[in-house]
Order: sequence, then structure tokens, then C-alpha cells
Amino acid sequence: MLRLLFACFVLCLAAPVAHAQSLQAILQGHADAVESPSRKTVDAVIASLADAPVDGIPTFLEDWRDKSIWMRTSDGVFFSVVEDGDGLILTDLDSGEETTVADDDGFSQAKPNAGVRRVISGALVQFLLSDPDISRRIAALDSIGRDPSADQLDPLRASIAGEPDADVLARKQQLERQLTAQFGTDTDARIAAINHLSGDLSVEVRGVISQILTTRQFVAASIPDGTNVAQILVIDEDLTADEAYQLLVSEDLAPATVSTADIVSTLTAQIADGQVAGVAVATLDTDAARYAAYETLVANGDAAPFVSPEERAAALDAHTFYTAYVEPNSAITDAAEDAQAAISLQLGVGQTFDLTLDALSLASIYFLAAIGLAITFGVMGVINMAHGEFIMMGAYTGYVVQQIVPDYTVSILIALPLAFMVTFAAGVAMERLVIRHLYHRPLETLLATFGIAIVLQQLAKNIFGTQARPLTSPDWLAGAWVLNDVVQISYIRIAIFVLALLFLGLILFILKRTRLGLEVRAVTQNPGMAASMGINPDRINMLTFGLGSGIAGIAGVAIGLYAKVTSEMGADYIVQSFMTVVVGGVGNVWGTLAGASLIGFTQKGIEWFNPSNTLAAQTYMILFVILFIQFRPKGIVALKGRAAGD
Amino acid sequence: MKNTFIARNPSVLWFLLALAVFTVVVTILSEATGFGLISTSFLKTLGKTLCLCLVAIAMDVVWGYCGILSLGHFAFFGIGGYAIGMWLMYARTEGLVQVSLQSSALPPTPQEITDAIGSQIFGVVGSSDFPVIWAFSHSLTLQLLAVILVPGLLALIFGWLAFRSRVTGVYLSILTQAMTLALSLYFFQNDTGLRGNNGLSGLQNIPGLEDRSQAVVSLWFFWGSAIALALGYVLFAYVVSGKFGSVVRAIRDNEARVRFLGYHVEQYKLFIFTLTAMVAGIAGALYYPQAGIINPAEIAPIASIYLAVWVAIGGRGRLYGAVIGAALVSLLSSWFTGGSAPDINLGFYVIKWTDWWLVLLGLSFVLVTLYFPKGIGGIFDALGRKRVEGDAS
Amino acid sequence: MNNTLLEVSGVSVTFDGFRAINNLSIQIAEPELRAVIGPNGAGKTTFMDIVTGKTRPDEGRVIFGEKSVSLLGMSESQIAQAGIGRKFQKPTVFEAQTVRENIAMALRNVRGPFDVLFGRKADNREDRIREVSDEIGLTDALDQQSGALSHGQKQWLEIGMLLAQDPRLLLVDEPAAGMTPAEREHTTDLLVRAAKTRAVVVVEHDMEFVRRLNCKVTVLHEGSVLAEGSLDHVTNNKDVIDVYLGR
Repeated sequence: MLRLLFACFVLCLAAPVAHAQSLQAILQGHADAVESPSRKTVDAVIASLADAPVDGIPTFLEDWRDKSIWMRTSDGVFFSVVEDGDGLILTDLDSGEETTVADDDGFSQAKPNAGVRRVISGALVQFLLSDPDISRRIAALDSIGRDPSADQLDPLRASIAGEPDADVLARKQQLERQLTAQFGTDTDARIAAINHLSGDLSVEVRGVISQILTTRQFVAASIPDGTNVAQILVIDEDLTADEAYQLLVSEDLAPATVSTADIVSTLTAQIADGQVAGVAVATLDTDAARYAAYETLVANGDAAPFVSPEERAAALDAHTFYTAYVEPNSAITDAAEDAQAAISLQLGVGQTFDLTLDALSLASIYFLAAIGLAITFGVMGVINMAHGEFIMMGAYTGYVVQQIVPDYTVSILIALPLAFMVTFAAGVAMERLVIRHLYHRPLETLLATFGIAIVLQQLAKNIFGTQARPLTSPDWLAGAWVLNDVVQISYIRIAIFVLALLFLGLILFILKRTRLGLEVRAVTQNPGMAASMGINPDRINMLTFGLGSGIAGIAGVAIGLYAKVTSEMGADYIVQSFMTVVVGGVGNVWGTLAGASLIGFTQKGIEWFNPSNTLAAQTYMILFVILFIQFRPKGIVALKGRAAGD
Repeated sequence: MKNTFIARNPSVLWFLLALAVFTVVVTILSEATGFGLISTSFLKTLGKTLCLCLVAIAMDVVWGYCGILSLGHFAFFGIGGYAIGMWLMYARTEGLVQVSLQSSALPPTPQEITDAIGSQIFGVVGSSDFPVIWAFSHSLTLQLLAVILVPGLLALIFGWLAFRSRVTGVYLSILTQAMTLALSLYFFQNDTGLRGNNGLSGLQNIPGLEDRSQAVVSLWFFWGSAIALALGYVLFAYVVSGKFGSVVRAIRDNEARVRFLGYHVEQYKLFIFTLTAMVAGIAGALYYPQAGIINPAEIAPIASIYLAVWVAIGGRGRLYGAVIGAALVSLLSSWFTGGSAPDINLGFYVIKWTDWWLVLLGLSFVLVTLYFPKGIGGIFDALGRKRVEGDAS
Repeated sequence: MNNTLLEVSGVSVTFDGFRAINNLSIQIAEPELRAVIGPNGAGKTTFMDIVTGKTRPDEGRVIFGEKSVSLLGMSESQIAQAGIGRKFQKPTVFEAQTVRENIAMALRNVRGPFDVLFGRKADNREDRIREVSDEIGLTDALDQQSGALSHGQKQWLEIGMLLAQDPRLLLVDEPAAGMTPAEREHTTDLLVRAAKTRAVVVVEHDMEFVRRLNCKVTVLHEGSVLAEGSLDHVTNNKDVIDVYLGR
């Protein structure tokens, strides 16, 4: 009947409205039915509201259902009411105007009973689902999705036919299936709905399926007929003997065991004159002595006896432990089990894919952090412990630019080249002032650049303070690319990935295709020969070092967008960066790529086994790297023979 | 034998003499036995400095003499501290728990005591069970053994892996740094049973010595540190003198050539690496009861780099250089960062040393590396050479 | 002369596709003085690297001593202890240490770290050091830093260190490079004397020096033996002339 009614209602909505009316006026037409509603009269009220072109109907229905509609007995006018002590706050149904009265004399409350309230709720859902405003309809659907219940099913079904928007229609159909699967009355329809849901990865659907598959744990001497058994539990496999026995005790099927705490409390309760059970209290400092004393109490009938292991075993043997579905129909639970299996398969695929994307973006970050180092360390053999601080300088450059240029897109476009210039200059200055003098003492380069790293870090602290500074990404980088509920990746990570690819191309181009690259390779392979051919090794070293440092600066901007900018951010990346270069193979850009991928994927892989503990993942990743170096001391992409320079 | 060794190494005698004089003077000036000019907290600082000197000479042997720039020896130092700290914490908590359990109706069973200690110690990381690595924490003897054996074993395994695959130079440094990072991350975790980043605390309260004042206990630890430094100095002076020292220095200068002379270079490096790691562990075990607290940040890679900085500033390849560097830089560090150094007012800007000390340290470190590669010890060398030349003429 | 000490047979080694040694076979007897010559890149140094364990060959056998021990599975230090000494092209003495310390380190003695640390037996050590330093003429310089020695003296010290090792086979790479004529003569004498009791293999560029050694000569070219025999014999060999002059 309702359905027919709502079909009319939808038709009426579509028809042009003759003239405006007030809500109060409509209600006055059914004053008795509103004031003391019953199952017989409520439909008529709702029907009259259905074709009324007035605002505030959903609010009224809510208030009505919640017993917040009162009638002024003097003139029969209805108000939405909030009780305020003895008094009432009255809200006019049409104008929303508030008045306060001191006491409730002269007002009578509309009190719909439970059955009527259910009808009103259904109508309310119906009103919302058919609201002309699409955003209200979506909100209503969301609220159903969050908190589904059986009585939403009919109004939802009724609203499907008149839905004009294709997306909302699809959503309604989907919800209808979910509700049918969960609350439907017809077994075949439910199974059909469940089968339809299988393969859907959304959180809602997974919730519905697991709701259908809810089980409870039971214990009984034998399983009652008609139980939809999910699993027979085997002791020591599915549950421990202790748990099983606890279950028996809680169901009053076996006597409670005596725990250590029970012994202590029983003994304590029976202490008299420094003695309990004829033993001095002071001697009860071992478990054995306490047991003995307790057994004396038992023998005297002053305490509950122990349950012997034999009794325990017998009790456990005599009972069956099992879980049963709350849903009694096994055909439905079978279908749901199948759907769940299909979903978890898809879920596995999705999660693997998501993990791969995660690992890829981690690898990109390592690659970005390490590629500058691959040039200074890999090509020139210079250990630059301040490399991390160059990354930090780049990030702070980005931060400063954002303070001056408020438009985030523009500021990022300015920050990238500026960061390169700043760190390029810093790198060149460092090479000229310090590293140049230490080319034949690599260990000392390590220490001197470490000194510089301390200075830079402390300077950053003195200038920018110790708290993290934000480097905000432009809006178009803010969201995430959502494939489904499982697989999504933020645009910033995609941008970092793209940036990493760009750098790979750029570095390869510079090293392989440009004059500078040729000269760099010449100087690294044979500085004497290069010098005699008119290449100035000083200039090349300077430029190479500047290039490596400048790239660190750009990496800093990218990493700053993704993580926080602090004076210590460089130190967080330096060890990983060195490991990336060493694992990949020194002196080779492809090696760095391989190293970054290996480390990124390994770390994510380990995290997958133990997701709660990223520290552990890092620890094991480093151990893995140390072991890896044992088997490939020269890295993944190793130079062989004389070129290796040993 | 001893005579010839001392005769060949007169600097050892001078060092022991200086250390003895220093110890006696500090004792006389201390609060416990003398004039009280040295406060107990400064006495602790001095005692701690002696421990840092001990780990510095270990670092000098492994780096200055053997050429392995290890960025992991301060981690061994920290492990020594953790090993003794576990006993200190266990034994002290046991005492406290015994007292608090006195008030319960029944005398406590051993199990109850253990449970109470467990929840007392591990409550901060949301646990009350004793992790496996605390299995020996009740025994002072075993934990003292752990002070030496754990760093030693770790160094032995890591060194064996690294040296046999012939990882040398900066690669080895990076690998040791990676090891240190892994260790510190391990200690940082809550579920590895070392109280995560809370570390171990209350270590200055020595079980069994509750009725002694901190002034007395600190003096004892100061003496202990002085004796350990003296013994360590003699041990290392012996190791780096004679033919063994000759081989070790040769390995530093040209490893391949030593191999062609028929020496198993790896065994020598492993010996030095392990021995110095053990001494570092001992130094840490003496340091942290004076510091009172140890947490994983102490083990982080940067601490080991600072250790190298001290040795470099003091002068590599001379044991007394390491002592001078460690003492000077660590004392200056605590002076500058402790807020007792006077700030410099430039009119437009006030230089606060708490902010600028690290800048000064970093810069001076760069300058030392560039222009005084022999460090402060190099000055003594020059003086000593003059004297020898004077004697000869 | 059929008392073979070292037998290298069928050895090949490749670096990144470049065949440095190609099916090389050489036999050295004990005692013998042998000169190995050849143009740059002929594989002279690589040959020494293989014998001393620095480079592992792709194929072939290297067998040493009466017991026919294969050297291929042994580490550099094990090979050195088995009795093979090597002098490098560049003089590599330990410059930060005295001549005495350099020689003492090389003396044939225990090599394990614990033995060296605790077993400081004097034995005949001082005698042996004297003996060696007399041989190379550096007795007066025993307590000098070896970094302060002249280039020639460093070369001799290195040869002295080899002698102190008391090896059965001595591999010497370009001992005369950068020496004055007088120093060369001294070096020749040292090597000839040493070769009375042991096998000595000298790699050299300088024909004059080789002529003075007056011994059997092996010519290497592109990683294998081109000719073998007396110096006159090989210098008249047509292939050798082609290689050295004909390009």
C-alpha cells in the first residue's frame, strides 16, 4: 500500500504546483490525526504532506517522530517544541520564529506510538530520497549506507523508479542490493543480491557481507538441530584448552577452576593470629606452600576444591565447541561465503597493487634523495655527508619562496630552479673551499663534510627554529587518484615519481650526450690524460659537484612537499641515500635506480609482513642491505675488471 | 718484558703519571673526601669524561692505527651501558618491589616479585612480561660479562662479514654507519624489550649502596673510570707497539702489500675491531651509571661521528691525542651548551652559545681537517721531536 | 733444470670481454732466474696477479712445489706463506715505519695475530735483520723512517723484504725503473745472487737490464707466450721482431 502511495507522491512532485500553502495550514486539515496519531490515520497525514509544495516537511516529520510536536489547545496551532525545565520553547513551523512559554499548561504533546513512528521514519526516508535537491538525496543515501536498517528497504525501492540522475540511480540500486542482501525477506532475492555484490571492493559491501556472516561462539553437549554451523572448533587448534574451559564455566557447564588470585584471596580472608590453615603466614612465600595451605582449607571444607586435570579433560571431551551464523539460512551464508572469497581475492590483488604503488613512490623518494649523491659520490668518489643538508636547504628555499609568493603553483615553479641555484652555489663553494684540498683523502672528506653538515643544520635551527615548517603543495596536487576503495595514490606521490623519472632522463642525458658529461667521464677515468687534452679538471669537478648538490636542492623541494621541513630532515635521508648508492653500484645512474627500487620495495615488503612497525621494517631493511653487500660488494650494477679501479 | 715495553714507550709512563696526579688532585678537591671545591655533579662530569677518553683511544686504535673509520664504536659504548643498565634497573626495582610487597597480607612468592618488577620496568611501554634479552638481568656477573661479550660478539660478526668481503675505506664507514642506524632503530622499538625511547633510567642509584651518598659513589666511579682508562691505555699502547703494531699500521697504509707479505689482514682487522668494541663496551658500562640515564638517541649514528671528530681534533695515531681530543671537546661542549659560557653581545645580535656552539665546533672541525690533519697531538709530536733532536746533538 | 717449482698451464682471464691472458703456459724451475718481457698490455702484470692470488683466472691450472699444490683456491696471504714473494712496480714500502720495522715485518715467522701479539720471541731476529740489511746495503739506515730513503733505496728495501720472507719463488716487477746506472748494477747483483738458491722471475722493459741478468727469457704477447729461450735467441725470432718493431 505504501509503495502505491509513494508512487503517487513522486508523480505529484513532478506535476506543477498550483499554489503555495503553509505547512501549518495542511496540518490543520488533519489536526486530530496529527495531535493523536494512530496507524489508521497517519497515512492520510503523510499523503497530504506528500503533494504539498512547502518547505520543512522532513524537519516536521523528524520532530513528529521524536515527539517534539505540541499543539496549543487554545487555537489548535502546532509547534515544534523543546522542553525547557517546566517551560517550553516553541518554534513556528513555517517561519521558524521562537517564543518561550513559562509552563506547558495549555499545550498537548503529540505522542505517536512505536508502530506509527516506524511509518513516519519510512516516510521521512522517502521524503529525503525523493527530495528535488540532489545533494539532499545523496546525503540521505550516505546516511543509509552508514547505518543500514531493514525499514529503509521499502522507501528506497520506492524511490528508485523516479530517480532522474544516473549516478544517484546507480547508487540507489547498489544500496538496494545491499539492503536486500542483508534484510530481504525472500531467500532467492537475497542470494541474487549477494551474488551481485560479489567482487565489489567498497567498504560498505564488505561490511554487509561480513554482517551476514556474523558468527557467535557456542558450546553444547550436542549441536541443536537447525543450527547454521560455521565451524566446529578443535581444541588446541582453533582455541586453547583454557579458553574452551572458560567458555564452559561461563555457560555454567563446568565448575570454575581455582586461580592463583583465588588462592591468595581465600588464604588472605582466612588469616587469623598470623596463621592460616594451621600454617604460619610468613612461610607462605612459595606457590607450593600456598597450594598446600589451600588444600588443607579444602579438606576442612573452607574453600572450593581444585578442578583436577582429569575432570577438566572430561568436561572438554563431553562438549562440542562451535561457531554458528546468526543468519539461520545456510543457503544465504553459503552465497555470502562465496562472495567473501571472491572479494578477498580481489582485495588481495588490489592490496598487492597498492603496495606496489607505495613501494614505487618510496623508491622514487630514495632515488631523488640519492641521485645527487650518486653523482658526487659515485662519479667523483667524494663522500658528502652534507648532502642531506643540501636537501634541507632546498626545502627551506621552497618554504621561504612560499612566504613571499602566496600563489602555491607559482611559488613551486619559482622554488624549483631557485633551490637548484642555491644548492648549486653552496656545492660549488664547498668544493672550492674544502673538498678540493681533500681529493686524495676520502675518509677526511667524510669528516670535513660532516663538520659542514653540523654547521648547516645548526644554522637552519638558528634561523628557522626547531619546529617543522610547512611547504604546501598547490591544490591540483592535493588530492588523490582513487581507483577504488583499496587502491589510491596521492597526486603528490605521482608528481614525485614523475620528477624522479625526469631526473633519471636528465642525468643520463647530461652524462651521455653533453660535452660536460663527456668531460666528467674523462676526468673520472683518467684525470691526468684528461688534463693533457685540455680539459680543466678543477672546473669539471666544480661543475659536477655543483650539479649533484643542485639536484639535492630540487629533491629537497619535492621531499618538503611530501614530508615536513625541519632542520633535521636531511639527516633522516643521508644513511638511506648512501645505502641506495652503494647497493645500486657506485658510479652508475642505473645502479642508483636499481638500488632505490630494491630498498624501496624491500622496505615496503617487510612493512607488509608487520604493518604496525615501520621502525622494525627499517631495521631489517638495513640488515638486509648489510648482508646484500656481502654477496655483491660492488652493488647491483657493478663495473668489472680494470675499470673498477682496484 | 714490562720494562722494555715501558722503556720503548716513555709516553705511557708520562700519561699514567699525569692521570694519577689528576686523580689525586680531584679526590682531594672533591666533596666526599676533601675541600669540596669540586661539586658532585662536576665530579660526575669528570668521571664521564674519563670514560669518553677510554672509548676515544679505542676509536683511535681502530681508526688512527688500523685505518678503519668505524662509525659504530659509540654504539658499542651504548650497548655496554645498556648491559649494565639492565642489571642496575632490575636490582634497584627488585629492592623497591620487595619493600612495597611487604605490606601485602601474604609474603610474596618469587613469581609475584618477578611480575611486579616486570610491570614496574615495562609499564611505560605497555607491557609487564620480561623480554628474552632480560633473562640474565638478575645477575651482576652475567650482565658484566654481557658488557664485554655483546659488543665483542656483534663486532666479531659484523667485522667478519665486512672484512671477508673486502669492504674497505669509505664503503666500510658507510656500512658501519648502517649497522649503527639499524642498532639504534632496534633500541627505539617498544617491542624489543628495552623500553623504546624511554631508555633505562635511575642508573645512578647503585643497588647495595643506597646508604652511601652520591658524593661518595661518584668518587668511586671516578676512580673506577681512571683505573679503566689507565689499563686501557696500557693495553692499547702494548697492542700498537712492537711487531703487532707495525703490522696494524702497515695494514692502514697498504693493506694489499701486507697480504702479499703473508699476513691474514682480515684476522688482524677483526682482532682490532673486536677488541676495541669490547673496550668501548666497558667504557659505556662505567659512563652510564654516572650519567644516570641511557636512551637510544645515544646510539644514533651521529654520536659515533662525534667520536671520530674528537679523535681527529686530538690527533689520530697517538693515544694521548685521542685523550686530549675527547676531554677537550666533550668538556667544552658541556660548558658551552650548559649555558655557563658568557653570551657575546654584538649590539645588533646576541650570540648565544647554546645556539652557536655547534656552528663553532663544525667550523673548527673543518679547519682542523684541512689545515691540522695531525690535530692537537701533532703539536706534542713536534715538541717531542725537538727534544729528541736536542738529546742527539 | 727439470726441477719444476711453478707450473702455469692453459690459463685464461677476461676483463669485460678483453682477454688479458690467453691460454698461457709457463714453467719455472728451482733455482732459476727468468726474465719476462713483452710490450704494454701483453699480460705481464696480470700473470703475476694470477700467481699471487690477486686475480682469479677463468680457466687453467697454477701448481706450486713438490706436492703440486694448486694456488687457485688460496688467498693472497696463504700463497705468500706458501713461499711466493712479490715486488710491485711502484716501490711499496711502509713509509711511516723504520727500515728495521719493515724488514722485521717481512721476516719468515709466525703470521697469526695472537702469535704476533704474544709470542714476541727474539730468536735469531736481530741476526736475520742484519743479514738482510747487509745484503741490500741499508744497515746504516736501519733506524731511519723508510719514507726518507731515496727511490733506489726503497727498491732495495723492498727486495730486502722479499729476501727476509725467504720465499722459494720471487716475482719482481720492473725493479730497475727510475734507477741510476750504479743502482742498476747493484740491483742486478742482488737478483743474480738471490737466484742461486731460489726461483726468481723478473718482469722488465729495459733490454739492457735483461741482457745483464743473462738468463732465460720469456716473451709475452697478447696474453700468451710468443717465444722462450736465451735473449739472443728471442731477439732473433721473427715474431718477436714483428711485435716489437713491425707495427
